[in-house]
Amino acid sequence: MDEQKVLFHNRSLDPQPAVEVDATELEKSLRRPRSLFSYLLSFVTTALTLLALVPLFSVVYMLFVRGGHKLTVACFTQLPPAAFEEGGGFGNAILGTLVMVGISALIAVPVGVLAAVFLAEIGPNTRLAQVVRFAAKLLSGFPSILAGVFAYGAVVMLTGGFSAIAGGIALSLLMVPIVILTAEDSIRRVPARMREAAIGMGATPTQTICRVLLPTAMPGILTGVMLGIARAAGETAPLLFTALFSNYWLINGMKPLMAHPAATLSGALTQPAASLAVLIYNFSSSPFENQQEMAWAAALVLVLLVLATNLIGQSFSKRNVTD
Amino acid sequence: MVTTTEAAPATMKPESNGVVIDCDIKELHYGTFKAVRDTRIPIQKGTITAFIGPSGCGKSTVLRCLNRMNDLVRGFRFQGHVHFRGKDIYHPGIDPVAVRRHIGMVFQQPNPFAMSIYRNVTFGLRLNGFKGDKAERVEQALRGAALWDEVKDKLHKSGLSLSGGQQQRLCIARAIVTEPAVLLMDEPCSALDPIATRKIEELMVELKKRFTIAIVTHNLQQAQRVADKTGFLYVDTTQGGRTGYLVEFGDTKQIFDDPHEQYTQEYIRGKFG
Repeated sequence: MDEQKVLFHNRSLDPQPAVEVDATELEKSLRRPRSLFSYLLSFVTTALTLLALVPLFSVVYMLFVRGGHKLTVACFTQLPPAAFEEGGGFGNAILGTLVMVGISALIAVPVGVLAAVFLAEIGPNTRLAQVVRFAAKLLSGFPSILAGVFAYGAVVMLTGGFSAIAGGIALSLLMVPIVILTAEDSIRRVPARMREAAIGMGATPTQTICRVLLPTAMPGILTGVMLGIARAAGETAPLLFTALFSNYWLINGMKPLMAHPAATLSGALTQPAASLAVLIYNFSSSPFENQQEMAWAAALVLVLLVLATNLIGQSFSKRNVTD
Repeated sequence: MVTTTEAAPATMKPESNGVVIDCDIKELHYGTFKAVRDTRIPIQKGTITAFIGPSGCGKSTVLRCLNRMNDLVRGFRFQGHVHFRGKDIYHPGIDPVAVRRHIGMVFQQPNPFAMSIYRNVTFGLRLNGFKGDKAERVEQALRGAALWDEVKDKLHKSGLSLSGGQQQRLCIARAIVTEPAVLLMDEPCSALDPIATRKIEELMVELKKRFTIAIVTHNLQQAQRVADKTGFLYVDTTQGGRTGYLVEFGDTKQIFDDPHEQYTQEYIRGKFG
């Protein structure tokens, strides 16, 4: 009690005024260094965030400016122009990209999803799972040119030629790890109580996986597939070693397809195939203006394709799972 | 329409002594941890058997033994036997999947699938490759679970859109649509409010006409209200570790009014103050 009195006494004698909280001190003001610093940091972080968007938007902007006016129906229906030729398009390259990405998805999706089922459900803690998980992570950061070199050695050398199939296989090497990792993650995210519910009802492991885990994880798996497709569609390096390029359609008109469907299809897939990425690579370094402009237009188409794939993938991940 | 509310004929064959599941656990381990010892509980047909006891006494573990849900736990080892219709379900020749199709389960947290109400209920039918009239069975099961009137107009809405109590009754409907002999309920009301709890309790008493029920509960009043038989489990810390074991088993009335064992007395009195 005495101490308090003394303190009180001393303070009242003190020439300095008692400490009072100035309400304005609580307000933000640029005059104070701390506030100023805070404003500055907020500004810098916002600016850097915007800066991260600059490359994407400037690329898309450039593509629209340089390639937009060249984008005509002919682009989708005609073959690439030769050296001094005017006009033309890259229909065969669009088709080739779709076919090769399709082949790679046909390989990568079943392999990736089944591997993910093993990793998430069947033997999550086994030695094999640990090795596969590590390999998938390693492979997802794999330089894509090595996928091309591998497919060159494993497919092109063995089958004796560049082909759409070799291209698809090279791309699938890049898709598989993405599918495995995203699918494993989304299967693991299925709540344990749903697994228990299925098992508690007497579902066999197969039924639990096929009827509960996979359907519940499906949005996530599809997102992963779409990410993989988007990555594969934009790759150039693996295709240079495997599918090379072609100035012609995979299939020459509908007539041979109608007459000998199987032979025509297998013939089409075992010869060099055009792709958007390789067309852009070839034409962008061409001395001919028409070919350069084609490269711009093809780049725009490719970016829009990848963008559309990503948007579709996102819409899957947001979709609510009901019946 | 009215006829569907009538109870379907019981699916079980009568047992000679009325015991559907004879559970005798000698020792039960999770890895090196001994979780339960010396617990013998006979579950009689057409009754509700409650397992009570403090947390960590192994009630849920014992319940999950009855349809081999513990197989999911790594390091699970079981010594003893669980006879269901005269067969030991832990015999190596027994298929645990088949066991679970006859011994259904309702969990503590309502766990409907991310599917429509209708597909949630037909799930068990589809597992079994059911070929008959699914719509009729769905209505029957939902009526059996006292949920039909609340969901009949939105059968194709997601099961996850229902309230907690409704979700739990949906899980009960999903469990009974395949007409299991026994229904295991692991604290089915602990995540629900008192009104939803009351509904589930009324439902259990209704359901025991057709199914044998075993329930784990923390709520002593609940055991008193619904159970015919009660088993009291307790934790034994004397041998190092915390091992659950059955202290006393008998008619609910006897366990609560005239417990023979001192531990049971203390537990029940302690709870009532």
